[in-house]
Amino acid sequence: MHIICCVKQVPDPETPASQFKVDEATKKVLPVPGIDPVADEYAILGVEAALRIREALGEAKITVLCLGPEAARDAVKKALAMGADEGIQLTDGAFEGGDSYATARALAAAIKKLEPFDLVLCGRQAPDWDVGVTPSIIADVLGLPCVTRASEVKVSDGTLQVERVLLDGFETVETSLPAVVSVSNELGEPRYPQLREIMAAAKKPVAVWSAADLGVDASQVGAAGSLLSLDRLYVPVHEAKCEFIEAETPEEAAETLATTLREAKLI
Amino acid sequence: MANESGILVVAEVAEGALASISAEVLAAARRLADELGQPVQAALLGQGVEPLAQELIAAGADKVYVVDDAALAEYQSDAFVPAIEKICGEANPSVVLMGQTDIGRDLAPRLAFRLETAVAMDCMDLAISDGRLVMTRPCYGGNANAQHTCKTMPQMATVRIKSQEPLAPDASRQGEVVKVAAGIDPSAVRTKITGRRKEETEGIRLEDAEVIVGGGRGMGSVEAFQTLEELADLMKGAVGATRAACDMGWYPIPKQIGLTGKVVSPALYIAVAISGASQHMAGLSGAKNIVAVNKDPEASIFRYCRYGIVGDWKAVIPPFLNKVRQLKAQ
Ligand SMILES: Cc1cc2nc3c(=O)[nH]c(=O)nc-3n(C[C@H](O)[C@H](O)[C@H](O)COP(=O)(O)OP(=O)(O)OC[C@H]3O[C@@H](n4cnc5c(N)ncnc54)[C@H](O)[C@@H]3O)c2cc1C
Ligand SMILES: Nc1ncnc2c1ncn2[C@@H]1O[C@H](COP(=O)(O)O)[C@@H](O)[C@H]1O
Repeated sequence: MHIICCVKQVPDPETPASQFKVDEATKKVLPVPGIDPVADEYAILGVEAALRIREALGEAKITVLCLGPEAARDAVKKALAMGADEGIQLTDGAFEGGDSYATARALAAAIKKLEPFDLVLCGRQAPDWDVGVTPSIIADVLGLPCVTRASEVKVSDGTLQVERVLLDGFETVETSLPAVVSVSNELGEPRYPQLREIMAAAKKPVAVWSAADLGVDASQVGAAGSLLSLDRLYVPVHEAKCEFIEAETPEEAAETLATTLREAKLI
Repeated sequence: MANESGILVVAEVAEGALASISAEVLAAARRLADELGQPVQAALLGQGVEPLAQELIAAGADKVYVVDDAALAEYQSDAFVPAIEKICGEANPSVVLMGQTDIGRDLAPRLAFRLETAVAMDCMDLAISDGRLVMTRPCYGGNANAQHTCKTMPQMATVRIKSQEPLAPDASRQGEVVKVAAGIDPSAVRTKITGRRKEETEGIRLEDAEVIVGGGRGMGSVEAFQTLEELADLMKGAVGATRAACDMGWYPIPKQIGLTGKVVSPALYIAVAISGASQHMAGLSGAKNIVAVNKDPEASIFRYCRYGIVGDWKAVIPPFLNKVRQLKAQ
């Protein structure tokens, strides 16, 4: 069993809104001093799902795939420390500025190069652009079935059983392998690497591939290969003015709030 | 394909009825189409769905393409994608729109891939500039907005639930209904749905509630949510939760409000022990009045509030509940 996990590195989504800034001229999010980028938490749950499958089956090779700059190595290392076997980093100026389509095309080319494989695991949506389309496009490029927003992923007798999260419940879906699955937070907590595993991860191999290594034309990936153009990026303003209800005691404040809401006909 | 014309809306059917998102997306389509001088088309897929075509016309469509097929009884992307691709072949639209729902999230990227175009997901605002569709969507968990145009045709977007006001249905509107044979090959459907579990909710649905009491990580326990339920019952409202509270198992997952949960639009949202992370607030863009109780005066939630109380919910909510009960009894 060979499982490929696609992991992205993103600005920390827990960055306080007050520190979040964009440069409107370059249409880029500005790095916040002291807050390092992190591995996409949903994609890390994909790695967790892969490790659970390995534990259930007794064996599986897990490869981590990440498209991003040199510094995205930290995200790959995190997945390796969790227990993945090896990493592939797609780093090339040609990959930069790509939309989901261009990125998915590059990832799919790398996955093809990693054949044979049985399962590709992704996160439901990367918490930077919040798009959630890369897994479906990878599947379509490779001609594979795709199941999105999984809360449980199991493999038995060569078939894949996935429980998916719907807005009002859950659905179970079965499909053949190879397949692409995207994972949601309902899968549960990812394991936390111990120091020993972090040390061991430093010795695991990480290959760096360029567009030429993938045999893709530079015009097909990155900004050049994108179909969606980003014309503007800005921070919206919230202008609500909060009226704080001050009182001697919490009871009094609570009662004033109730009366105020009643007068405003809100309750 | 050249000479694209028309805005195609992919309608959604839920339990035999038109899903409310369909009228919301149609309203946006109508506005854009009138500006472009183009017609609005709708794609209606399912089994036994033809009678719903008139409703789509009443909600703003000029022409409805119906695919009635047993293979479409349940949503499966492998069946829906080729069926809509076929409709697009006949309608040749310049724009394709659908809701950011369970189905839209799954279908839109795959349909876009088939049509060799791109989709902007979860748009809050759609406008026309120089004849092109300008799509505005929140990103970075709601901290930023991105504006996109599509370099290819058709231009495609999914529309955030509750971001568009539906038109009042007009039963006198005239439109055309066209039946399309999909000819779906059942063997091309590679996924099989083996089970579905709906989390039934008693009382008022979050999506319909006029008053919502939301609980966050600061609630501290399952039991604490019972207090919120008591309060919501009193106000004929519903209880929702943050992802943090759902992840802790204090409240059911379908009650999560936010970017990856439900989008709601109550007249009043009472946020209890919720920090106001942008991803949570993404589900509340339609809330008309927000009130918060939080022990941290610096909590972001207060940036969205009309009224706020700084304090421990355990000291504030019980007397609030009593006072509301008293006011209601008057
Ligand atoms: C990609 C992505 C998608 C996400 N999607 C969602 C989503 O759909 N919905 C969602 O909700 N979140 C979502 N999140 C998570 C989000 O970023 C926040 O982590 C989450 O909303 C925090 O929940 P919270 O406010 O309950 O908890 P916290 O942020 O921990 O806040 C708890 C608050 O309670 C207050 N408090 C504590 N004790 C008390 C007390 N006794 N009395 C009064 N106040 C008290 C504290 O001051 C604090 O402000 C998403 C995150 C990511 C990265
Ligand atoms: N640059 C990338 N490198 C590796 N995986 C990615 C990349 N971009 C997206 N993915 C995967 O696709 C998922 C969904 O991303 P997105 O469609 O961008 O929201 C992520 O959670 C990742 O698993």
